[in-house]
Amino acid sequence: MNGLYPVENNNVRAAVSGLLVKVLQSGLVDALLVPLRNPAGDAVTPALVKNPAMLSEADPLAPVLPVNGSRLVSMLTQHTPRPRIGAVMRSCEIRALVELVKLQQASLEGLTLIGVDCPGTYEVPDYAKIAKGADPASLALRPACEMCEYPAPTNADIIIHQIGVDNSAALHVEAKENWAAQLGLTTAQANGRAGALEKLVAQRTAKRDAVFAEMQAQVSSPEKLAAMFSTCIRCHNCMTNCPICYCKTCFFKTNVFDHEPMQFMAWAERKGATRMPADTVLFHLTRMNHMSTSCIGCGLCTSACPVDINVGAAFRTVAAKTQAVFNYVAGRSVDDPIPVKNFEVNELQKLGEH
Amino acid sequence: MPDNGFEPRIIAFLCNWCTYTGADLAGTSRLQYPPNVRIIRLMCSGAVDASYVLKPLLDGADGVLIGGCHPGDCHYQEGNYKARRRIAILEETLKTMGFEGDRVMLRWISASEGGLFAETIRDFTEKVRAKGPAPTKQLWAL
Repeated sequence: MNGLYPVENNNVRAAVSGLLVKVLQSGLVDALLVPLRNPAGDAVTPALVKNPAMLSEADPLAPVLPVNGSRLVSMLTQHTPRPRIGAVMRSCEIRALVELVKLQQASLEGLTLIGVDCPGTYEVPDYAKIAKGADPASLALRPACEMCEYPAPTNADIIIHQIGVDNSAALHVEAKENWAAQLGLTTAQANGRAGALEKLVAQRTAKRDAVFAEMQAQVSSPEKLAAMFSTCIRCHNCMTNCPICYCKTCFFKTNVFDHEPMQFMAWAERKGATRMPADTVLFHLTRMNHMSTSCIGCGLCTSACPVDINVGAAFRTVAAKTQAVFNYVAGRSVDDPIPVKNFEVNELQKLGEH
Repeated sequence: MPDNGFEPRIIAFLCNWCTYTGADLAGTSRLQYPPNVRIIRLMCSGAVDASYVLKPLLDGADGVLIGGCHPGDCHYQEGNYKARRRIAILEETLKTMGFEGDRVMLRWISASEGGLFAETIRDFTEKVRAKGPAPTKQLWAL
């Protein structure tokens, strides 16, 4: 149901804290995973909260995403015995979690998902400026957020609305029936959220398609692909920060690429010169093959890139194509079979035939 | 056959049970096919990771062939179905990232199809020869 939760003195953050205290005290969860304001006040940091008093520092609406929370839920749920966790997450975090569940890296068992509407997030250093008083309008959203067509969370038990609604007098909350009673929500009037979301999604989708077209035009040959990744230092930050790249035995972390000196010499001989460290474009293309079918477009790869390559735009452009092959939408539902682990006998039948 | 002095280099990943044995049969049957192909035997086409195909392509190979058992005939029941999905993903990735997808070819060739193996190598070699050298051959910055 769509309900209202009281807000006092226009203090929306305090109301969100109050709501989360009710969730924690419901007896239905043992702890809450939620971003807390750090002591300096210029950042929020995800934390596992046991003591309801700590929730006074909760700030899940702060427009910043330091890590994808799905990785944290994975840490808390992939082994038994698992605690009953309530996790406060944005759409891109929940959608990444859906993929991790299908990859057996997380479990929904005992998990309560509290989604928050997300109008977009800023890079961590930009958010620090906002927290110190900078005008958000003077700063750009993260590139992934500008092209994100999922501002509204899906698959959540409780959703805190903030798009197209005025939360200053009362918090707009959507909750499953059992939770609506727990939280003491009062019935809400019809509001403008659906219309506002539709408009925002249309705008974001148009931006996304423009980015795809731009990327396709930019990467029209291997030379141009090399140019795009020419400043890559192969630090693997994009992979480290990717919620989907969970493999503990990833072969890019092994000594497979510690080539013998004479191997580099052979490559240098063949092409006249060879890039060092080697295998840079190979790294990106391989990763696209391994995870793009599950890419949910959180863009944390781009945020983690020290040389400002828009890795996320490249990955999403590829992901749109690879997911389309299997009519798959990453992050939509735990019931959709994940492409890399499944196959159909009667599919792709032209491939391999003479 | 266009003779521009260009001899394509083709890397072939063949499954142990069908296509490699088919290649063996082509040899023992004294069937002629171009010497442009370098064969790497794997136990299954389902063991071919995208990186195995990408590495030679980026290093300047002119073509990569993946050979496996016909659908339904996989020695491991389903390896070739998995290979088919991986190649579909690989083709989309290559096309989207500026490569010509047709330098990669997946073909089902059984152990008894020595003739088909030789014909496949002839066709692929000529196709790649007509395309000319891979653009990655001179590209150091990959």
